[in-house]
Amino acid sequence: MKKYIEAVLLNGERIDGRKFEEFRKPVEVSYDVSNKAEGSARVKIGKTEVIAGVKMDVGTPYPDSADRGNLMMGAERLPVSSPEFLPGPPNAETIELARIVDRGIRESGMIDLKKLCIREGELVWNIIVDIYTINDDGNLIDASALAAVAALKNAVLPELVNDRVQWGKFTKTKVPLNFEAINATVYKIGKELVIDANRDEEAAADARLSVSVSETGSVHAMQKGGRIGMSIDEIDKAIGMAIEAVKPLREVLK
Amino acid sequence: MPYDKRFDGRKFEEVREMEGKVGIIPRADGSAMFRTGKTIAIAAVYGPRKVLPAFMQNPKGGVLKCVYDLLSFSVTERKRPGPSRRSTEISKVTADSLAPVLDLTKFSYLGVDVYVYITQADAGTRAAGINAAAMALADAGMPMKDLITSIAVGKVSDKIVVDLDKDEEDHEDGATDLPMAMSTRTGEITLLQMDGNMTQKEIKEAVEMGMKACIEIKKVQVEALKAKYTEAGK
Repeated sequence: MKKYIEAVLLNGERIDGRKFEEFRKPVEVSYDVSNKAEGSARVKIGKTEVIAGVKMDVGTPYPDSADRGNLMMGAERLPVSSPEFLPGPPNAETIELARIVDRGIRESGMIDLKKLCIREGELVWNIIVDIYTINDDGNLIDASALAAVAALKNAVLPELVNDRVQWGKFTKTKVPLNFEAINATVYKIGKELVIDANRDEEAAADARLSVSVSETGSVHAMQKGGRIGMSIDEIDKAIGMAIEAVKPLREVLK
Repeated sequence: MPYDKRFDGRKFEEVREMEGKVGIIPRADGSAMFRTGKTIAIAAVYGPRKVLPAFMQNPKGGVLKCVYDLLSFSVTERKRPGPSRRSTEISKVTADSLAPVLDLTKFSYLGVDVYVYITQADAGTRAAGINAAAMALADAGMPMKDLITSIAVGKVSDKIVVDLDKDEEDHEDGATDLPMAMSTRTGEITLLQMDGNMTQKEIKEAVEMGMKACIEIKKVQVEALKAKYTEAGK
């Protein structure tokens, strides 16, 4: 399969007929997966499907961020989504997935964490985003990142009475977001670079580079994966491809 | 206070609005969604496949394993990810409730894995999970004598009711929860749990109401299975 995929790429084509810098179609975002969540979303990129939910709580801030709310990001690659995922504590790949998504959102400054301070040094909002994979047809990273952003966009604060969260009661106040950070992962297969690998392409990939892009086109987080290196020219090209590729995803979120 | 009228206006023997869908996870060998009111369960089946750890392999037939869990944001107060004592027990009784209709004797040394997750919880989650799991097993083409159909019955204040929602479970006068599952073809009851307070007579009445409800629910399961395959035939 790898040799076939590489041969097709050398011919300037992909096995599913897409352009190299193109996401699968359709990319679908829907909201309100769970009415118990402060925010939730379902993302489908082709047949890859991920859901994410936001739960909010209050707590004491960390000493080095006394005037800011906290963000926590968890991921579970549910065993429903692939015969390769098994139940049990998260393994290195799952933790990497959560941390790539976390950094893309955290480092971009997408969430206005200062507005989530209730009393400096005493009480702040904690945002907990949990990502669950439903069907793995390749590139869970970008689907997870998009689901997390969509769930945050959908999220409201719960009611707070005497510093206690009133579970199940929601306000109309949205979680304060400055913009949306969107992730695109470029996969290196042989000598070629492609966006949004499907399952067969992902299995054939030698390396990947995930790039989180803000609205201005700045890059806020990156992660290289895979046990083959990339040249500076390949990295430069990959970043350019990611910046272009996220544009249609930004439209899907609107 | 006598419970004269149900909070959501249903009749005492009436189930919530239900919906089933089969084949929701393309990667799985079988999959299904089952919704009752605001409770939503998804299930996927993988197998028959190699059993790990290897000591669980059985030359006499396939090994059925189930996992049930709540997603963290399916409940009002976030559930910590990972198995709890509650989810471990429900996983076990789910497997026990499905096993009687499954014939895994041809699958020596192999295993069938059933994964059930609750994406939105409003009481009756194990019953919704079992309904989804049975549909997913059928979708996977497992040798089965029947589907398994599940419902929670019980008592809210002074009334025997079918398919309690969370508001009823939290009734100020107390509520008794009696989850059950059965093969409607044989009448065999394959899951029976209870916590609360009911007399022998009340239990019989509640279970009989549950058995009637199961016949209705099975129609939803069968329709969902048929829908996938009529769709595929077009």
